[in-house]
This record gives sequence, structure tokens and C-alpha cells, in this order.
Amino acid sequence: MNRYWFPLIAVSFILLAAGCARKPAPASAAKPTAFGAALVESSGGKQIGATGMVLAQPLVVQVNDEQGTAVTGALVEFSGPAGVGFDPPSGLTDSSGQFSTNVAVGGIAGRYQLTAHTSTKTQKSVELHIEEIALGYQQQVGFQLDDKYCARCHNPESTAERVSNYDNLEVKPHAFTEGDTLNKMTDAELNAIIGHGGPALNKSALMPPYGYTLSKTEIEALISYIRLISDPPYHSAGMVYAQK
Amino acid sequence: MQSSKNNALSSLWEMLFGHPVRAFGVVSLLLLISLAIAPAKNYFSEWRHYQKRYLTLIRSRGDAITLQRHFHDGIQQIWLPGIGVVDRCTTCHAGLKEASLADVATQPFRRHPEIPHTSDQFGCVMCHAGQGPATTVEEAHRSTLAWEQPLLPAKYVQSSCGQCHRAPLTGTPQLNLGRNLLGRYGCVHCHTIKLPDGTAINPTDDPPSLSHIADKSTREWIYAWLKDPQSYAVTATMPNFKLSDSDARDISAFLIANSTSIPGDTAPVSPSGKDQKAIDPTAGASLYGESFCASCHAVQNAAGNVVGGDVGPELTRVGNKVKPEWLRAWLKNPRVYDAETAMPHYRFTDQQVFLLTAFLGNKADSDLLANVRLDASTPEQITHGKLLVTQCGCASCHEISGIKKPDNFAPELTRIGSKPLTQIIFLPGMAHTVPDYISAKIRQPRSFGATLKMPQYTFTTAQVDALTTALLSLTDRAHDLPRALTVPAPPSYNYQPAGRAGQLMADLACFSCHAINGRGGDMAPDLTWEGSSVQRQWLLAFLKNPNTLRPALIRRMPRFNLSDSDAAELTDYIMTVYQTPAFDRDSMPSGGYTPAQVEQGRQLFYSKYACQSCHIIDTKVDKGYIGPTLTQVGSRLNAGWIYHWLKEPQTMRPGTIEPNRNMSDEDARALTVFLMTLKGSGKLEAKR
Repeated sequence: MNRYWFPLIAVSFILLAAGCARKPAPASAAKPTAFGAALVESSGGKQIGATGMVLAQPLVVQVNDEQGTAVTGALVEFSGPAGVGFDPPSGLTDSSGQFSTNVAVGGIAGRYQLTAHTSTKTQKSVELHIEEIALGYQQQVGFQLDDKYCARCHNPESTAERVSNYDNLEVKPHAFTEGDTLNKMTDAELNAIIGHGGPALNKSALMPPYGYTLSKTEIEALISYIRLISDPPYHSAGMVYAQK
Repeated sequence: MQSSKNNALSSLWEMLFGHPVRAFGVVSLLLLISLAIAPAKNYFSEWRHYQKRYLTLIRSRGDAITLQRHFHDGIQQIWLPGIGVVDRCTTCHAGLKEASLADVATQPFRRHPEIPHTSDQFGCVMCHAGQGPATTVEEAHRSTLAWEQPLLPAKYVQSSCGQCHRAPLTGTPQLNLGRNLLGRYGCVHCHTIKLPDGTAINPTDDPPSLSHIADKSTREWIYAWLKDPQSYAVTATMPNFKLSDSDARDISAFLIANSTSIPGDTAPVSPSGKDQKAIDPTAGASLYGESFCASCHAVQNAAGNVVGGDVGPELTRVGNKVKPEWLRAWLKNPRVYDAETAMPHYRFTDQQVFLLTAFLGNKADSDLLANVRLDASTPEQITHGKLLVTQCGCASCHEISGIKKPDNFAPELTRIGSKPLTQIIFLPGMAHTVPDYISAKIRQPRSFGATLKMPQYTFTTAQVDALTTALLSLTDRAHDLPRALTVPAPPSYNYQPAGRAGQLMADLACFSCHAINGRGGDMAPDLTWEGSSVQRQWLLAFLKNPNTLRPALIRRMPRFNLSDSDAAELTDYIMTVYQTPAFDRDSMPSGGYTPAQVEQGRQLFYSKYACQSCHIIDTKVDKGYIGPTLTQVGSRLNAGWIYHWLKEPQTMRPGTIEPNRNMSDEDARALTVFLMTLKGSGKLEAKR
């Protein structure tokens, strides 16, 4: 009798040991109670934050089914490049079909492509790509200068604290995110128009020169900021490398 | 079996050492191998691996030859004996200074982002922390037994700027915010923070005195406030002490019993019958708006947004807090109750005071005090309340008669950024680093022990990070750096205007909004040189009845209902004392110009300089909303001031956003001549 029990006990011990040795499953193992067919962004995309910092607004995405109705209890998981943190990284959608997470961008200035992920009933993967922007030191300086000198005319949005002058101008200034226009201008051209005013590029005299108000470094910082927030993204012509 | 094993061993021995020559060969070989260990370890070291990868990376790039020339083999070191820097980071971070490597995504080869300093000046560890002399990734970046300080997380890197820079920098908004919060939330009431230059951070909040609280508030409100300050006002900076019901009851009992009355700080509520009849429900609201109360006081609207300034307390539920008889006396003259208050003494009429009291009294939440039932206090409760007030350190912030302000109530934070880890008790599961400790402590102080005294603040994540950044800048290094390296904060002045005008300016709390000679707020223009800037007649009229200069601003100069003599006194003082040495007021005549000169100025205004982008000179045509309206600038400003302002605006008022146009003397003169002709039409005046 004992002879038959021995291997059984041994095997069960081995199984037990194997079970204990396995790393505990990640906390994200919340079981979805429902499945959606589409992921949409509710809010929190295209935010501008500082390197390493948590963005001001949470990132909120919504899971919908085929009819476009919000799905409660679907599992949403976030992922992003190295350095990006999500709090929490995954979870189930609430009663309005939404899931919200706080995003901390990485330590290097630039654009961060984040991915939200959910699965359909048939385990098909649905992904949503969201972009956030992290300002480094130089762009941070540019942002502050934009806020002080430029935004009053170049940002059409008014706030309670500050009424935009955009509508009062005969020739409309370009918003700094307007990549379609600004990406066509070289750094030298931006330098000229900021430093010497609109007429330097045969543009409106309503744009005054700031070359005697801002330093060279400050103008460079401003350009670096404009390049980073541009939409569509700006790709520097830069150096051309021959591929060997 | 045993013997065969022994046989095998002995035959092996025989084979290796059986013959002296063979033994010599084997021993030599072993010696050679053991001698090769050190060079091999060196050859296979981590940093060589990275240098090889770097060379592979640059080989495929267009400027390979330049990069190759810049590259140096072997361990690299930045050695700055003056500031104690020995950094070998550039051994692996080989492309740190290569402008063309900005697009390289893989670390450690990316170029360092643009900052105002170079690694040759300060090294790496000064800003990033970590162990500079280490030559492995693990030792350099993470904390080891021999080195406590790991690499500083990117979100706190601005703290390093604060080691040398005492003044706010444009590029470090987070550090600036953190330092501001240390004063604004009164952290430094309890925690002493001495700066390397010997000064201390001073609190910028103004916690009210509690010595006369019974005149102002009820015991029920005090109880509710103590239990949860933020349920009364979301912007309240008072932290939550997590008091039990009975403790809050006893403290409120003590504060009321301890309070003494100030003669004249309350005024009878019931207005005459005539007043009551005249009351118009909207009149109070319009008076609140006209007096620009919202410039300093915020109110939470129905959508939950807090709208208004943060100089004074939030008024969303002020009707729950203050007694109407106190509010009347306060509005009549706030200096009776608090001589040092930032609130100006508006010269309100009795009727206006009544309207405002009624309007503010209605700003109440019926739920706030609904469940507060307090029985009459007993002597035991009062004694216990006094004990609690001493234990909680209430007198660190508030003046309470009979209780001395405790010295060093909480640990000093002068060198908190370099606090040794052995002195810190970490929570289970927490990373053992100083930044993590500080931020956890600010977030939830009582999680480190329920009996700790530090109260619970309501900070946002951004505020916690900012405070942590500011505290991390208080390192040993910040104190030990050569004095020549530190960039001191601008000195603070306690400028006091003299005489009767000085008393008036204190009474009107001019410094709450305006700065003069380095003292005062930044809500309104700096008045240091106001006397050189404006014309006497205009200033007199403006003080009597401030009209709008910048229509787009929501915060404006309120009307103080000044008497003629007070307005004249102030005007004379400003015109005489606040003069710039830069130019003579009479250096340019204010009139007598030819029409041709005027026309030339007009041309320059509209075409060459396009001033109409920001300024209005003709309300029918121009729309520019950024600068002040110039329709009557000729009656407002001094001609010499305009001329010098056009030439060098930032010299006349540092920080102004008016761009310097590098104007020729001739253009500036022509524009001045033109602007001086804009006297404003009589019609417009009547409209205002």
C-alpha cells in the first residue's frame, strides 16, 4: 500500500513546489466581465507636461461595443515606451464605459506614443494610440516665454484670466501647434520672424520684433518648444546620413 | 568501487605531477592563467562593452570621422577639485556633447539636452546625483551599501538647480512653485529652513490671530472648520489635524473662552427701516463686482470651479463663518480687528456696508453646520482644549493670547535633501530613497505613525512633487559650495513710505497689489517711478474714480471712495517721491508740435510699428486688447516718459511685455508727439 502512496505524495509535493515558485500573477489580472469592440479617447491626449512629471489631466479612454454603446467592465491595459508610468496601468471600465489613468511621461523631452489595449469577445486585440508631449529644460523655457509674450495673440483660446487678442487682429497669427504651416519654415526663418518681426519675411507688421527684448538663447528655446508641440510632428531636415 | 576511484585520482596526479618537468609545466600554466584574470576582467568590463557599442554606433553615421576624433578610449573623468566632483559618467555616456547625436534613442549614447551649463563646468553628479567615480552601471546609478544616493528621478531634477540658484528661474517652474508653497502653506511656521546665505525662508501666508475669534465666528463654525477645513473652503490652506469629535469640541470651547473682545470690532446689525426698504437684491452683487472684491477673494461657482484671486480667503460659504455684526465692522474698517491685514480700508457708506453684509451673509451652505450640536462648554473641556492647542502647535501659526509660539515645533529641514538613510524610518514596501520618503511624508504624514503631529494637507500630485523638489534642493552640497557659485535671491526690502501719505497707503493696503521699491504684490503695475510716468491731474482723477485702462483684465483697481484731501495727499506724494533718475520730467514739452510732426507719428504708429496690434487709439477702428487703451494717453502720461518708454521699455519697468523696438531717437520723438495729441474726446469722457 505504502509503495503506491509514495510516488503520489512525491508528485503532489513537486506540483506544490512548482506552484509556489511561480511568480505571483501581476495585479492587472482583474477579470473582464464584458468585452467591447472599439476604444476611443475621451480626454487627456495631446497634453503638454514636463519630463518625468505626471500630466495635469488623467488620460480617459472609453470602450464601446459594435453599436457604439459604452461597455462596463471591459479590461483596458496601457503601455508606453520606457520611462512612462501609468497609475493604474490597467483596470475595468466604470459604469459609463470609461477607464482613467494618471500618466507620468519619461525623463527625455519629446513625444510619447502610448497604447491603450482591450480585447473583443473573440480575443481579438483592439488598440488605441495616444500621444503626449514632455518638455525638457529648453522647451520649458520656451513654454514660459510663449505664455508671457506670444500666447496673447497666437493662442485663439481665451481664458477667464486672459482674453485672447486673436480675433482683434486683421491678419490672423498661426497657432504654434499649426504644423502644416510652421513645419515648412526653417529654424532660420523662425529666428528671423521672431527676432525682426513679420516684415522680415514679408509678413504682417502686426507681428512685432522681439530681437531686442529676448536673448538669442531665449529665441532658440522658443523655437525648440514650437517644434516639439507642432501637430503634425516636425521632422528636422537635420543632417543627412549616408547608409552604409 | 572505492579503490577504483582512488586509482583514478592517483593516476591523474601521476599524469600531472609525476615527473618534475611535467609538474613544472602544469604549475607554470596555472600561474599564467591566474595572472591573466586581472587583464581579462578589465578587458571584459562593462564600460568597455559600452565603448565598443558606441564605436559601432558612430561608424554608420555621416560624421563618423568627427565623432571618432572626439572619442577617447579608456576611463574618462571630469575632475573639478574646487567643487568636489570626480565623475566618470562620460566613460559610457560617450556622446554627451555630440550635437549630432540628438536623435539617438538608445542610452547611454544620447546627447545631453540643451541646458545653460556644460558638464565641464559642473560635472554630472551635481545635478543628477548618483556615484560619480563608479565604473559600473549598477554602482553609478543605484544606491549601494557604500553609496546612499541613487540617481535623482527626472521629475525632481530641478531641485539641483536650487542648490545654487536662490532666485526663481524661468526654466524651473516646479522648483519655483515648491518654494512658493513652502511659504504659502506655512510649512516654515513649524519647520525652520535656513538657507545657505544665513537667511531663513519666511512664511507668506497670514494665519489670522485667534485671540479675538469669538467676536468674529461661532463655536459651531470653529468646530466644523477644525474637523475638516476643506469642507468649508476647498482652497483653505489650513491642514486637517484629524481631530476626534471630542477634541474638536474641546479646542473650540477653549478658543471661545480664551477670546477677548476688541472695542469697535462689531457693529449692530439691524439697519434702520429706511435701509431695509431700499435694499435691492442685486445691489449687493453689483457692489461686490464694482469693488473688484474678486481680484483677491475667490468663490466656488455651481460648476465647482474656484473663480477669483487668492490674496484673501475664499468666500464661498463666508456666511457660515462670520457673524454679521463683525462683518459690518470689518467692511467699515478692517484695521480695527487686524491692523496688518492685506484688505484695503474701503471708505464704504453705511448703506454700502449693509448691502455687502447682506450679500456675503447669503453665501452660506445650510448643510455645513446642520449636524453640529455643541452643549455649553465645561471648565474641564476648556482645560483639555488648552492642552490640545499646545500639543498640536496651533500657536506656531496663529497668535493665541496666553499661549507662547513654540520654538522649533517640528524638525528643522535645512539639510533635508541630504538626510542620511539610516536616520529615516521607511514604510514597508517603500523605496529606500530620500525623494520617496519626502514625498510620502508630505502626501500622508500620519501613515508613518498615527500619533505623529504633522497634519494632513490637501495637495495635488503636482504640488507634492513641487514641494519635494524644493526640499530636495536643501542639500549638504548647497551649504558647502563655494560662495562664488551661488546665485543669491533678490534682496527683499521692507520699504515704508513716510508721513501722512504712508499711513494712507498702509490703510489702503496698496502693497497688497502694487510693488514699490522692491516691496509689494505683483497683481498690479509697479509704482516705483509712477511720479515720472503720469500727469498730476490724471492721477488725482484716477484715485478718486479709477477708470479702465486695460479692458481685457478682470482684476482692476477698485474705487476706495477717497476724500478729496486724501486723494490730493496721495497724488502729491506719488508725484514728488516716485521719480526716476533716468530723465527729467520736463525734458520734452507736452504740446506745441506741428501737424506734420503729428502726422509722421501717426504713420509710424499704424504702419511701421503697427502698435494697433495691442493698443487702441481710436475705438472705432482699433481692436488691440493687450496693452492699455491709449485714447487719452496725452492727458495721462508724461511726454518724457513716453519717449523713454518707447526707447527702452524694460529699463523703465523690468519685465514688461512691451517689446523693445530698437527705435531711433527720431521715430521715438515723432511717436511721442503723436501720442501726446491723444487727449480723449469730451464725448468719450461723458460716456465713462
